[in-house]
Amino acid sequence: MTKITRAPLFLLLLILFMVSLPFVPLLLWSMSEQWFYPGILPQKFGLRAWHYVFSTTGEQIVNGLSASFAVALATSLTSLLLGIPAGRVLGLYNFRWKRTISLILLLPIVVPPLSTSMGLHFWFLQLGLTETFVGVVLVHLTFCLPYTIFVLWGVFSDFNPDFEAQARSLGATPLQTLLQVTLPMILPGVTVAALFSFLLSWSQYLCTLIIGGGKILTLPILLFSLMDAGDRPVASAVSLVFIIPVVLVLLASAHNLGRHGFKGIR
Amino acid sequence: MGNLQLQNLTIGYNTREVISNLSLTVKDGEILSLLGPSGVGKTTLLKTIAGLTSPISGHVFIDNKDVTRFPADKRDTVLLFQKPLLFPFLTVFDNIGFGLKMKKLGAKKIGNKCEAVMELTDIANLGAKKVNELSGGQQQRVALARALVLEPSILLLDEPFSSLDADLRQKMQTLIHTLQQETGTTMLFVTHDQSEAFSISDSIALLIDGKILQIDTPEKLFTSPKSAKVAQFFGNPNIISGCIKGGILCSQELSIPVDHPDTTEITAIIRPENISLSKTRIPQSSAATVLHKRFEGTLTRLTVELGSKTLSVLSLSPDFHPGQKVWVTLPPEKIHTF
Repeated sequence: MTKITRAPLFLLLLILFMVSLPFVPLLLWSMSEQWFYPGILPQKFGLRAWHYVFSTTGEQIVNGLSASFAVALATSLTSLLLGIPAGRVLGLYNFRWKRTISLILLLPIVVPPLSTSMGLHFWFLQLGLTETFVGVVLVHLTFCLPYTIFVLWGVFSDFNPDFEAQARSLGATPLQTLLQVTLPMILPGVTVAALFSFLLSWSQYLCTLIIGGGKILTLPILLFSLMDAGDRPVASAVSLVFIIPVVLVLLASAHNLGRHGFKGIR
Repeated sequence: MGNLQLQNLTIGYNTREVISNLSLTVKDGEILSLLGPSGVGKTTLLKTIAGLTSPISGHVFIDNKDVTRFPADKRDTVLLFQKPLLFPFLTVFDNIGFGLKMKKLGAKKIGNKCEAVMELTDIANLGAKKVNELSGGQQQRVALARALVLEPSILLLDEPFSSLDADLRQKMQTLIHTLQQETGTTMLFVTHDQSEAFSISDSIALLIDGKILQIDTPEKLFTSPKSAKVAQFFGNPNIISGCIKGGILCSQELSIPVDHPDTTEITAIIRPENISLSKTRIPQSSAATVLHKRFEGTLTRLTVELGSKTLSVLSLSPDFHPGQKVWVTLPPEKIHTF
């Protein structure tokens, strides 16, 4: 008995160790004052980088965080709004050109982001969307929406629309059916899709730079400029700041992801 | 409580018609079974009555009110699907109360009604359970309770017991019957299982090829079918075609006295279980030879050759063997002519 219970615990620790391993050098770097070859650990520890992050660039970073958060939130909400109906149609119905449409949906993922962004930049210039919040959200959507649609396509191919018919027959209005039956049933899938979009948008650099033109300063843009300055401890500290909100978002959604009864009774 | 009337209803998928010009009346407080082979559009018909799909043409009346254009939630019907379709994110109790909650009834009223209906369907102790902790039979009971708690005028049942095993199915059929007597709910029951239709319904409408061939009580449908097609649906009877001369039905080697005016062409049927076999010659019988024998438990199915004609016979006695000479009696009163 003990052997069986010990094995998963060991595995869990191993996974935790492997996941956290890349963060160890980041943490060390962020707290070092002096770290030269061949030292395995920094020669001198100190909180200069963290001090710099919270006081000198503090305002910048808070602005970057809120810009990143706003863009990622707007992107994931919009991609859900468009992705849920699209995923439903693709998952539940058969129609002509379905294959072609799925191929076209894949294109933004397959084509290098640089080409997409450069092409869109030219077009966005004419539309006056460059250097705007909306423009950045739109360019993020070109990468996030396909993932959202593919996740929700999978969700809806497992969804039995008879549940909705049953709810309607039991006297639920279309709105009640959507909110009290469909949404709870697809919630885990929707959470995954939203997370995907959020994280993708959160880590976009190139397209934000091209379309945002330095006016929309998200966290990755700030991070790159700090790294450019060659100050490794500061860059490490900012990287950690960059990760924290993502971990928080993941933890917040864990409840929905682990929900039972996702598939219903068949 | 309520009656249902379908008037010249034509329904189909996309543009393909599956049922055309169907008219049917289900009387107040009656269980009518719609019996037909799989894939004739029975489910689509129920969905049309429930307001989940629109008919191509025709009208649906509930309590003499035309509801053809009413959305599903505004109709006083509840459709019980083949699968229980319990909402997995709700407890048993919340599943049963779902419809009442949609109607925005108070929690106390919902509680009282749910408890009463759970008592009725014998699931009073399951309220707090999660849906995935229930057995198949319990799930169907919960689905039934969830429908009955709304006290619909018409309850539409789409083969709700087809996924249950034989024993459980019989229990559910009995339950439906009891519930119907206690609540007086009008029910339209769709099934492809004739024994289910026979045991559950006040009357049966036989739906074949998109048309209703006959509506009658179970007994009448079985013993006096209106056409050979109807008769064939209920267990392959022997079909005898020939003529009647002077009160005698003549078909090849057979001549049987019947109560029917003379005619040159007639189709008659006799059910396999109504033919009797004897090892010795008895009056009014004809000589025949046993061709095949298949033991089926209570009854033994035999094929006998009578001249150039073969008849299928169900016998209580298994004491026959292929090649044996037997005497066949076809009781005239069991012969049904069209």
